[in-house]
Amino acid sequence: MNWREILTAFNTIFIKEILRFSRIWIQTILPPAITMTLYFVIFGNLIGKAIGEMDGFKYIDYIVPGLIMMSVITNSYSNVVSSFFSAKMHGHIQELLISPTPNIVILLGFVAGGVARGLSVGLVVTIVSLFFTKMDIQHPVITITVVLLTSILFSIAGFINAIYAKTFDAMNIIPIFILTPLTYLGGVFYSINMLSPFWQSVSLFNPVLYMVNGFRYGILGVSDINPSSSFILIIVFIIALFSFAMYLLNKGIGLRN
Amino acid sequence: MLKNISNKKINNTTPALKISNLKKVYDNDFVAVKGIDLSVQQGDFFALLGANGAGKSTTIETICSLVNKTAGTIEVFGHNTDTERALTKTFIGLVPQEFNFNIFEPIIEIIVNQGGYYGIKRKEAFRRAEELLKHLDLWDKRKEKALDLSGGMKRRLMIARALIHKPKLLILDEPTAGVDIEIRRTMWKFLSKLNAAGTTIILTTHYLEEAENLCHNIAIMDKGKVIENTSMKQLLSRLQTEMFVLDLENPLSEVPHSDDFIMSLRDANTLEVELDKSRSLNMMFDFFNQNNIRILSMRNKSNRLEELFIELIEKNKEATA
Repeated sequence: MNWREILTAFNTIFIKEILRFSRIWIQTILPPAITMTLYFVIFGNLIGKAIGEMDGFKYIDYIVPGLIMMSVITNSYSNVVSSFFSAKMHGHIQELLISPTPNIVILLGFVAGGVARGLSVGLVVTIVSLFFTKMDIQHPVITITVVLLTSILFSIAGFINAIYAKTFDAMNIIPIFILTPLTYLGGVFYSINMLSPFWQSVSLFNPVLYMVNGFRYGILGVSDINPSSSFILIIVFIIALFSFAMYLLNKGIGLRN
Repeated sequence: MLKNISNKKINNTTPALKISNLKKVYDNDFVAVKGIDLSVQQGDFFALLGANGAGKSTTIETICSLVNKTAGTIEVFGHNTDTERALTKTFIGLVPQEFNFNIFEPIIEIIVNQGGYYGIKRKEAFRRAEELLKHLDLWDKRKEKALDLSGGMKRRLMIARALIHKPKLLILDEPTAGVDIEIRRTMWKFLSKLNAAGTTIILTTHYLEEAENLCHNIAIMDKGKVIENTSMKQLLSRLQTEMFVLDLENPLSEVPHSDDFIMSLRDANTLEVELDKSRSLNMMFDFFNQNNIRILSMRNKSNRLEELFIELIEKNKEATA
């Protein structure tokens, strides 16, 4: 395949993915918007007033970046894991496997689809948040870069999960038992400065903490973590997971007998 | 009818498919294919037959890179599937045994997207999809979800999808399974035209009549081995008898008796005659004249392959016992 043909193959996967989650927007876009509205109402307005300030910001302002990031992470991940796993289960992944589309294009196409959904939901949640508070973005480039890289990272993670999953239950194990706890304990609702030194040290092993704080730094200008550390960690994880996903694809693990 | 893909990097004398010492052992140690050799010439209509579990589908899936082989080499139009995988994939179109499309997608999208995976731009893919869907009587259904199609339509959808990139080698794994006779015959006509236009076709089927009518050459697999690989003509010539179907003017209430050949009634007006190849047809006609049985028409019974198939499988069973 020449470059034009490769680009056509990539666009085909990417557009197909966008159409897929757009067609079922009631299942993909609407639920996070409703969930986040409830978070804003309950944690931001009702409980937030009782909590007062955190790191010099109203509580609702403090949690908005974390909630946006949480939506981006879960939606990027779940888009790729559900789409690729379903293609595997129903057999239509064979449409791609018999074609000359290079493995890297297959991976990039699905990741781009995950990023498209993650960022779309992130945008919707951001718009919803504007009904509850103002947003004055301190570092726009850092904000966009962190959210984009995080979305890429979790889309790749979703792809790997889908390759290994053999049942619908297996597909949900990582999101439920690993991703959700890491996200909730990743500083979305609190600053790790509130924790004891021991739990602060433990929290530093949670990669989501770096992403949430990197994003919070971009929007509010405050962070529990050095923003450079956030970038380095996300990039290292992307390189590692991307290489692993390519290894799995090239070997045909979970795809070719 | 769609013409073939461009003849890039293809020598006319090289086989469309050449398999050497192909082996496949699955993770559970099941040996599905036991070192087979197979060659299919360009332009051939080739039958790959075998009972369930003989190794046909594994062989096909290995050719199409859906299964990793354990050993051996596969060449498609002279190009190695290990070293030139992307190129060999452009030559092959696959119609798999199981329905494997997204049932929630409109059928036009399924075909156009498949074109996209081969690097065909959307506009061109749409044009080709229209041509194929019209040929296969699916154009009116193009906006419907695959879920809503009948079994026969789903089979035709898979054929259209496999042809979107104009493959030079079309592999069909039981394409007419569960399809009614009318649609089956339409599909035979379509595939014959495609073959006449230059596409090499490999067909697996359990309808031996289908293989006998369509295919020029044949390989029979059993328990992971090729137990027969010859031309259809040569294989059928091994039969010691010929089977004829005679349409009679007047109904018969019972089977007439002859010492020279065997007869059976399919129905009151249709008589089947099994005649030894050493006996003349004139002798048979003399018998009917003497018995006042008037024959309106006569044809060869076309599922003779079935007898040979069973015979070969039985022989292999005895040999491996």
